[in-house]
Amino acid sequence: MVAHAIFFYVFSIIAVISAIMVTVSKNTVHSVFFLILDFISISCLFIMIGAEFLGMIMLIVYVGAVAVLFLFVVMMLNVAQQKNQWFNSESTTSSHIPVGLIISTIIFFELIIVVGGWKYKPELSNPNTTQSSNEISNTHSLGQVLYTDYIHIFQISGMILLIAMIGAIVLTFRRREGLKTQSYLRQISRERSEGIEVLEVQSNKGVKIDD
Amino acid sequence: MTEIGLGHYLTLGAVIFSIGVIGIFLNRKNIIVILMSIELILLAVNINLVSFSIYLGDLTGQVFTLFILTVAAAEAAIGLAIIVVYYRNAGTIRVEEIDKLKG
Repeated sequence: MVAHAIFFYVFSIIAVISAIMVTVSKNTVHSVFFLILDFISISCLFIMIGAEFLGMIMLIVYVGAVAVLFLFVVMMLNVAQQKNQWFNSESTTSSHIPVGLIISTIIFFELIIVVGGWKYKPELSNPNTTQSSNEISNTHSLGQVLYTDYIHIFQISGMILLIAMIGAIVLTFRRREGLKTQSYLRQISRERSEGIEVLEVQSNKGVKIDD
Repeated sequence: MTEIGLGHYLTLGAVIFSIGVIGIFLNRKNIIVILMSIELILLAVNINLVSFSIYLGDLTGQVFTLFILTVAAAEAAIGLAIIVVYYRNAGTIRVEEIDKLKG
């Protein structure tokens, strides 16, 4: 139990510090790196708490796909070296800063109040033990629930991913001018009459084709 | 102190959620950091769902965490595509200079 506590504090402190560094870092590339560190430490927490499937999925999906996508876009758009100006005082938009601080501290204390109510009213928790015994692993039991009770939501999430893929392609697709590509429709709808022309070649004069 | 319960995980989720909200409000740099703050907020929600699911012994929270992961991935893809298109048209993604809608 002491080891659990030590691991929890180590990973959560790393997660909180890297979350702060995501927001205040001057360089956007550093922000992406701290986001990756945050995801890795949170997935270590998930694996430690017993949700090992979600921890692994988090590593694969977030660190492997989403964070790399962020990094790709940051490097492609060349915005990494823009100056961080959120302490800038001559800007007229600096009134966002106290508003943001007030709202986020209010949200934080509301969440803490919720946690406190949970702690001092433990009978509110009504644990129904649908989670089974120890010989079935987390991945196995999750799959048993996911493919039976939640199969429709599962398929809808697949549709959401498909729509997101199509949307991203449609948004960023750009037809360039002057590009020599192969057009199958023009190829197969070509007639003989527009392809070749039969000329009567007179002797000693040849043929002159203007083009 | 050495007994890690549900409250510790919920507090961690609350801290990360608040940092994400601060990051949205205080950001003056570019819009990609705002998207990353949204990812932090979704991560905090995932922490809450997984810790409730483990401590209550109910698997539904983890199933919903999977769906939140899906939606977050789709949101990141679409958002980054919109940012790329906007950068191609306007040449900047600084937060102050994005004022085409005059909001």
